[in-house]
Amino acid sequence: MSETKHMPGAKIAVSDLSVTFVQGRRPVRAVRDVSFSVRPLESFGLVGESGSGKSTVLRAICGLAPVSGGDIRIDGGAIPQPRDKAFARKVQMVFQDPYGSLHPRHTIDRVLSEPLSIHRFADREDRIVQALKDVGLDARFRFRLPHQLSGGQRQRVAIARALIVEPEILLLDEPTSALDASIQAEVLNLLTRLREERSLTVIMVSHDLAVIDHMCERLLVMRGGEAVEALDRSALADRKVASDYTRSLLTASEGYVR
Amino acid sequence: MSRAPTEAPLLDVKNLRVRFETHRGVTEAVRGVSFTVGRERVGIVGESGSGKSMTGRAILRLVRPPGIATADRLAFEGTDLTALSERRMRAMRGRRMSMVMQDPKYSLNPVMRVGRQLIEALKVHERISSKEARRRALDMLADVQIRDPERVLAAYPHELSGGMGQRVMIAMMLIPRPDLLIADEPTSALDVTVQLEVLRILDDLVKDRGMGLIFISHDLRLVSTFCDRVLVMYLGKIVEEIEASRLSEAKHPYTRGLLECLPEIGAPRTPLKVLKRDAAWA
Repeated sequence: MSETKHMPGAKIAVSDLSVTFVQGRRPVRAVRDVSFSVRPLESFGLVGESGSGKSTVLRAICGLAPVSGGDIRIDGGAIPQPRDKAFARKVQMVFQDPYGSLHPRHTIDRVLSEPLSIHRFADREDRIVQALKDVGLDARFRFRLPHQLSGGQRQRVAIARALIVEPEILLLDEPTSALDASIQAEVLNLLTRLREERSLTVIMVSHDLAVIDHMCERLLVMRGGEAVEALDRSALADRKVASDYTRSLLTASEGYVR
Repeated sequence: MSRAPTEAPLLDVKNLRVRFETHRGVTEAVRGVSFTVGRERVGIVGESGSGKSMTGRAILRLVRPPGIATADRLAFEGTDLTALSERRMRAMRGRRMSMVMQDPKYSLNPVMRVGRQLIEALKVHERISSKEARRRALDMLADVQIRDPERVLAAYPHELSGGMGQRVMIAMMLIPRPDLLIADEPTSALDVTVQLEVLRILDDLVKDRGMGLIFISHDLRLVSTFCDRVLVMYLGKIVEEIEASRLSEAKHPYTRGLLECLPEIGAPRTPLKVLKRDAAWA
């Protein structure tokens, strides 16, 4: 991984990142010395099973997990501690569970207008209408509450909320794993389109190797808080993987073998 | 892959319906499904809301009010289940036909050690000594590939990982040696590598004991590699029934849509096909 550590012009550079949670008196190292870089406009994937630390890496970038070692740089600069408004404007995250990430008593209109007022956008009305249109939601959803929407529609709202402040970096934490396969296809297509239209740099976390392969140019396989191996798309397609663990993930993604 | 002799199927379902009468009107979750299950692996696939889980529950007569399940025929080895008293049905459940649910976290009693729960399951169905029950429980845990059964027996459910918990659930359901197991998304909460181990256990049980298995899942790819036969459900109806090995020849546009919307490793980077729903399917 050492060559990626010094990748020039990286949009996001994570080096030797460690995250330690203290549980009672026992420290739990959820992420250990993980390094990777993401180029501008690139989509980078983090793949692993539960407990691999993949989501914790994303949360650490956002300042939602306690970093105990290493550093994270965006556009070559250190990120502010704690994260400030400019950071929130630049980096946005979409979470896995569209049920848990939208306030149950806020209408979609309120969900979308809040970030606009925080970041002092002027033409709020137009932006909300446009944001709904961009994620393929009919204008009639604007004054509804989250429980009146399906899971896929809710995830579209979460994506609209993240993109409404015009971020440069989008962090996606299992954005489709709570959705049916047909709805997953719609949301992945939507993300692909928006990523190009908005010139986004993306880090996507998923347990599903096929989803990461579809969305990302390069990826990092994680297990038990550590990086297992870094791959690009063509290596995955040719099954040119170095570790047995990645191979077992590849096999598992093909279904059951009698 | 060979199908069991079909003269007397293990389970025979004809025109099964489940409806919910609420103050907002009647909703039909299952709208007249018919199928048979022999000593084989039958997959029921569909998206959320397709009625696949309700079908599984209705077979065991576990649909809760205000839900109402009706069927022209619901027979298990020739016994008409709809005519059984609740008492006789209870004897049927567990001993003859059993169900494994999706998430072990909610199906195991959180404040009871695993051993006590397993032994309780045994003693409900058989008159055996506690010592004998304990020995059987240990054997069963070993059967589902738990390496350290003594430790698991003494553990509380929260001390087990998801994969271990699901194995315990399967062990518990298999203790009375049922002839039919209904597994409702038994591996969906598990990591992919653990998922395959659990499937291996179920597979061996079907082969070794000649058990019938109904495998309910949203994952068409998994079901097609694991089961002998697949029933595809859409909005409470079976829209297609197909041999799993011939799934690629599926004709119904819904089945095709479900197959084609999945991303595939190494496939060209084109937008994924989106399922176009047709009102005529319902």
